[in-house]
Amino acid sequence: MLNNASQPDHAVGRSAIDPHRLAQIERRNRRERWGRAWYKFSRNPLSVLGLIMVVTITLMAIFAPFVAPYPQHAEPFTDFANASKPPGGQYLFGTDEIGRDILSRCIFGFRYALVMGVAVLSLVVPVGVLLGLVAGYFQGTIIDTIIMRVTDIFLSVPPLILALAVASVLQPNLTNAMLAVSLMWWPWYTRLVYGLASALRNEYFVVSAETIGAGTGHILFREILPNMVSPILTKMSLDMGWVVIIGSMLSFVGLGVQPPTPGLGTMVAAGARFLPDQWWIAIFPALAIVVVVLGFNLLGDGLRDLFSAEES
Amino acid sequence: MAETPLLEVKNLSVSFRVYGGMLRVLDGVNLTVHAGEKVGLVGETGCGKTTTMKTILRVVPQPPAVINSGEIRFKGREVLKMRQRELTDMRGQGISMIFQDPTAALNPVFTVGQQLEAAIRYASAESRRMPRQEVRRRAVRALSEVALADPERLLDSYPAQLSGGMRQRVCIGMALSTEPELLIADEPGTALDVTIQDQVLRLLHRLVEEKHTSVILITHTLGIVRQITDRVYVMYAGSVVEVAPTRRLFAQPSHPYTQGLMAAVPRLSGGGISDGIPGRIPDYMNPPTGCRFHPRCPHAMPVCKRQKPALLAIEDAEHQAACFLYDAPERVRAYQQEGGLT
Amino acid sequence: MSEIVLRVEALKKHFVVAHKGLIRREPVTVKAVDGVSFEIGRGETVGLVGESGSGKSTIAYIAMGMYLPTSGTIYYRDRDLFREKKRPLDLKREIQIVFQDPSSSLNPRQTVRQILELPLRIHQAGANRLEEVVRLLDLVDLPAEVMHKYPRQLSGGERQIVAIARALATRPSLVVLDEPTSALDVSVQGKVINLLIRLQRELGLTYLFISHDLSVMRNFASRVAILYLGRIAEVASTRQFFENPQHPYTQMLLSSIPVISEEEEKLRPAKVVSSGEIPSPVNLPPGCSFHTRCPYVMDVCRRVDPALVEVGDNGHVARCHLHEQPLAQK
Repeated sequence: MLNNASQPDHAVGRSAIDPHRLAQIERRNRRERWGRAWYKFSRNPLSVLGLIMVVTITLMAIFAPFVAPYPQHAEPFTDFANASKPPGGQYLFGTDEIGRDILSRCIFGFRYALVMGVAVLSLVVPVGVLLGLVAGYFQGTIIDTIIMRVTDIFLSVPPLILALAVASVLQPNLTNAMLAVSLMWWPWYTRLVYGLASALRNEYFVVSAETIGAGTGHILFREILPNMVSPILTKMSLDMGWVVIIGSMLSFVGLGVQPPTPGLGTMVAAGARFLPDQWWIAIFPALAIVVVVLGFNLLGDGLRDLFSAEES
Repeated sequence: MAETPLLEVKNLSVSFRVYGGMLRVLDGVNLTVHAGEKVGLVGETGCGKTTTMKTILRVVPQPPAVINSGEIRFKGREVLKMRQRELTDMRGQGISMIFQDPTAALNPVFTVGQQLEAAIRYASAESRRMPRQEVRRRAVRALSEVALADPERLLDSYPAQLSGGMRQRVCIGMALSTEPELLIADEPGTALDVTIQDQVLRLLHRLVEEKHTSVILITHTLGIVRQITDRVYVMYAGSVVEVAPTRRLFAQPSHPYTQGLMAAVPRLSGGGISDGIPGRIPDYMNPPTGCRFHPRCPHAMPVCKRQKPALLAIEDAEHQAACFLYDAPERVRAYQQEGGLT
Repeated sequence: MSEIVLRVEALKKHFVVAHKGLIRREPVTVKAVDGVSFEIGRGETVGLVGESGSGKSTIAYIAMGMYLPTSGTIYYRDRDLFREKKRPLDLKREIQIVFQDPSSSLNPRQTVRQILELPLRIHQAGANRLEEVVRLLDLVDLPAEVMHKYPRQLSGGERQIVAIARALATRPSLVVLDEPTSALDVSVQGKVINLLIRLQRELGLTYLFISHDLSVMRNFASRVAILYLGRIAEVASTRQFFENPQHPYTQMLLSSIPVISEEEEKLRPAKVVSSGEIPSPVNLPPGCSFHTRCPYVMDVCRRVDPALVEVGDNGHVARCHLHEQPLAQK
């Protein structure tokens, strides 16, 4: 009635679909996203410190045989001549009661701590996320009820007791400790993702996909899941610290890493007997635990800030 | 008007430090509010009207915000140099605010009475010593002023028990209960239904008339400005582009942006909708040189790209527009002869 | 009227919001839509106007299959939309929707290209999707480069235009527009509305337009139905609706709109000043639900719910005792 818009000529914008240009634009988009993320993350010096700590620990763990001054001390080894030496020039963190270098053993201890964390999270996250996603999307249906009630049951068992029970029924070793921790850990991801998914499913972009006729798989994995990567990553980073603590606790009570393998918790447990006189035997591994946990927590906080700022 | 204006903002420039550089959000804002005057501040999303108000109240977070230049005088005192104590007094007694969303403005876990009484009590040093009954009496009076029946009972109810319109009335009552000299109303009716918005705005209008309160009404709805205010500032991309007494602005919009905006408003009388203003608001990181509106302006001349126009009088100083078209006629001719904009 | 595209018949939607009573639990319901009937002819734009709680969006969402009606139904070209439990794809294809807020209706993690490809993948198997995306963007006057952008890199108006392009990707014949311009600035609103008008003409679309903005309605709809608390208060052609409103609620709504010119002011019924609150839809007043706010309220209004009666030409109807035959009046 009032429109005088001339018919647009339907010449197709070729340049826009040129694959070379497409790749270029995608690169630029990615660079901008990372640049923006780093800018926000780096506003908080503590987050950067956390990142540096995590990267350093990870590198040390990976290259432990090259970094540790006495790599053979992580294996069965005794040197009674140098037993229980206080921290000093030759042994920076001192030696334990059978003469093993504590620094070397801590560096190897990082290894087992990280392996434990990574293994537990890679078991727990996919399961927990998938269950939470399905339950959240089908909120109010029988699927939701079944998944979430089972989750509740697992959550209502005191976590440490569950882990202790599992670890004591099975052989006490690193693998079983990881299984035990995983068993008590997935419900937290289900809970988190359930909340996120049940909010996201009401977003209009999800409703749009439904009215267009998209399948459930598409909606779950293409529409909903990408929008909760941020909180999941944040939780994973914070959880790395927690898993290390729980793993150390299990090791401390003798249900995790078995001597002579240098688990940080095992080392604290073994060294506790010599407190307070030969304090270094227990304190340095304990500090190593603190450093790992602190690093991941600072990083996690940084990620949380980063993602919460992204929303606005 | 020779007396000191109630509020005077001069050449205010504010930037935000973000990834990749600075967003130059306010670019020399000038604004004056006299005692008892009702001033409208109109502009679209992202034009800087809310940043202006936040800077005036000194609630804009620094960092990321940086105040580059400018003066803000409230009753002749420099706001940008005030100490915390003076700021608290200014916000408590001098200036009150009403927000767009009354639901967010009221705390859901306290009763209306608790919040209203707190607002009255903490307004100033002397009100802090007021006896309880006096505070209560004033709270009741504030609610009955905003035409709410049964104020006694209302004081004991929670915000969730009230409708949107009633909540906004409570907010207005609360804002006016401290007898402020200036009321800043940020989109006061936008979250409400039309019929309720109409009631609330008429009420607001009546009350500020009675109490002689100065008002800054921030809105993007031209119709509301026309209904309530005496004078209007039109903002675009961080600057005031036109200021005029309300009637004159609507009778004779002069800045090309104002003209475009007026033409874009759909009319109740029909006749179709104009396509609006072409283009989009500028990137604040790299704003256009000269007049920030020139890339979208149908009358753009070469000079607009070179130089930022000052506010120029149209007929008289009451009506001004920041546009080279209103320069002296011989200059305008010279500008136009420079040829098209490249 | 030509061919009927959408026929809404005695549509009711009651939401259970709570239960009362300890032993015999009685449901507390909100009558969001309470017996609404209307038709949309091919190529028409029917506007549904109303304030919050009027049920206008609920009707739109029922039409989209997001809710099932409590009773009554909707026909799309004589096909009952609710005969099958799950709506078949070919019906989904025919009816599409544009939501109010484009920042929520476009997935922030997808590029425009990914957003536009979804409907193509489902409904146009075999087509060259990339070419089709370019064609769609061209159809709505956006440069093809836009397809590489994420929603947050676009302005509000551009985002809404992308949402429109997505709705058109299935080549629908009916598009539900749920407040498509409410989240936009005035200066871009016109562009979006004019685009919709052009697309309607070029593609022969039929629109169900939901809005609370009467000024936009005036310039866009061909027929307007006004809803109050889940029921139709008045239906008229746009011109009659604005120039000769019959229901007191319509008059009150028109008189409440802030306008910017004298010419418009003359159209506002000055006598009917807005007063009173919109009653809670949980607890509807007896009789005519508008009687608590009506300046012309009579005794009968408090007792008897009026029926829709004809008040003018071209199907101009209103639900008001003032317009019923003298026997109803006191």
